[in-house]
Amino acid sequence: MTLDFIVLALLTIITAATPLVFAAMGELITEKSGVLNLGVEGMMLTGAVTGFASVFFFESAIVACIAAMLAGTLTALLFAFLVLTLQASQVATGLALTIFGVGLSALLGQNMVGIAYEGLPTLSIPYLTELPIVGKLLFGQDFLVYLSLALPFLVAWFLYRTRAGLILRAVGDSHDAAHAIGYPVIRIRYCATLFGGAMAGLAGAYLSLVYSPMWVENMTAGRGWIALALVVFATWRPWRLFLGAYLFGGITILQLHAQAVGINIASQFMSMLPYIITIVVLVLISRDRNKIKLNAPACIGKPFHPAA
Amino acid sequence: MRKTTLLKTLTASMSAAALLIGAVNAQAATKVGFVYVGPVGDHGWSYQHDQGRLELVKEMGSDVETTFVESVPEGADAERVIRKLAGSGHDVIFTTSFGYMNPTLKVAKQFPNVKFEHATGYKRADNISTFSGRFYEGRAVIGTIAGHMSKTGVAGYIASFPIPEVIRGINAFTLAMRKVNPEAQVKVVWVNSWFDPGKEGDATKALIDQGADIITQHTDSPAPLQVAEARGVHAFGQATDMSAFAPNAHLTAIVNNWGPYYIKQTKAAIDGSWKSTDSWVGLKGGMVKMAPYGSAVSADAKTAADAVVAGIIDGSLHPFQGPINNQKGEQVTKQGETVAIGELLGMNWYVEGVQGELPK
Repeated sequence: MTLDFIVLALLTIITAATPLVFAAMGELITEKSGVLNLGVEGMMLTGAVTGFASVFFFESAIVACIAAMLAGTLTALLFAFLVLTLQASQVATGLALTIFGVGLSALLGQNMVGIAYEGLPTLSIPYLTELPIVGKLLFGQDFLVYLSLALPFLVAWFLYRTRAGLILRAVGDSHDAAHAIGYPVIRIRYCATLFGGAMAGLAGAYLSLVYSPMWVENMTAGRGWIALALVVFATWRPWRLFLGAYLFGGITILQLHAQAVGINIASQFMSMLPYIITIVVLVLISRDRNKIKLNAPACIGKPFHPAA
Repeated sequence: MRKTTLLKTLTASMSAAALLIGAVNAQAATKVGFVYVGPVGDHGWSYQHDQGRLELVKEMGSDVETTFVESVPEGADAERVIRKLAGSGHDVIFTTSFGYMNPTLKVAKQFPNVKFEHATGYKRADNISTFSGRFYEGRAVIGTIAGHMSKTGVAGYIASFPIPEVIRGINAFTLAMRKVNPEAQVKVVWVNSWFDPGKEGDATKALIDQGADIITQHTDSPAPLQVAEARGVHAFGQATDMSAFAPNAHLTAIVNNWGPYYIKQTKAAIDGSWKSTDSWVGLKGGMVKMAPYGSAVSADAKTAADAVVAGIIDGSLHPFQGPINNQKGEQVTKQGETVAIGELLGMNWYVEGVQGELPK
């Protein structure tokens, strides 16, 4: 196995993990505030189709990403209105949001099937990008990858080092207590849900602009659900989540490589590996029951009725 | 006429309403119904079936009135959709996925006057015909091109599920490629999905990283072509002409061309000559077509590929002509013989030149 080969594999792993990082980090914040949004897949698809359409309409990758985030935010707003204002069931509404996103994105994307896009521009710094081995890996990515690498730092810092993060966690752990000391529980949950939507939209844009730069119906192929699962298995910790996303992406890619090399293991088993290994590793590193209780938002999924 | 719905899960029930509206303006026109397993926007299997429907409309004009229902899951929903179509005055109904076999059979019993056409299945009745394409013939053509075009002698094959249809394609491709370059190797990666653009693209990258300089696929999305284009290797389209996604990399595509069959069967239903048949049509009948060659295809490759197409059409060439060795190098088909049709339909072994073990 040559060094070049390892670099090539790493490059593929980064693209596989990046959408998961975005979607899962957004959902992490949402869940930390006590809201369970199962509609990640739907929000991602809406973001993917909007991002793809916008890149042709506005001819700017950055505007396309912002548009995708807005689209994700709008679908999340719909969800938030239903579950926070109208107090509908979060589980049922989240599932409905996924189905809605699948249909809405298919409708919006009708005329975009069969169009190709060349993909986001990648960073190119003279000399640095041309460095052997590390050049392309460190200095040759698109801007979304760098953003996704910064995200766990930002999310961890926000949650554990800022006052706003503390309040968010308080709302997720005990909405009654937070309400009693005067925090606007519903408004905070709205913000967290909208952030989750924006990140899911961005994850969708990564799929339709970088990962496989095109629009086809249902192109997320279940990645929203994987992001949701990662949040739980990472016990709501940003860095474990990041690790989980890369583990999942990494093993997915390595099993494809193993098949291409011709290793004689059933391909069905290989396809299963990313799921098993990610779950096993995350469960092992977070098996402390008390710590799980500490990290899990106690009020997740529970509707908040402010006492009159 | 797009009578479809947004929500996949609601497709079946809501389409019933659409059909009722459609029935109001029914006149003397023959009503033809189509049931698709995927969205027409998949740019693959269902998309090509819908292109066939559009061809039918173009050919027959106001003599036919067509209805389609997309994204119909293979199961109880399918039966309901097919029954709705049959009950609302459709004369011919095309059910275009393998999993619609039993639902079609069930509904056909209740509607003896409606003609049913089921794609890729094997159960027939007096009012059910089955049809499918001999896509392995197209695989032989692209295998020939691959043999001429590959410099490394290694082709990468992105496969979906280890079923006879897919294995037959891998073998036909490999046999044709090795006829040109006896040293050629085919690396297969199974993604265990018909449609996952991200994973198909990743598999393509893995194959290219392992030395493949020509990519072919038996999955539905154009993602492998995009990766091939970005990496500067060559690839073939699947089910439909995918050159828009890879103007330089796209050498040709095996195109599923259902239109002529739809027209023929609908006309037969109108003039009363319709009979229950089993059609397995290839290049000769036009159900399998090759997309125009890309600019990268060399003159040698073009000549050889044209010769294969001509040979298959006039019957002088069969993609599974002996001698054929299996992976262990044992001869399974002798010189001058061809693999029997039953063997083709249930194919569960690799020919020599395919790398890796066939998943069971």
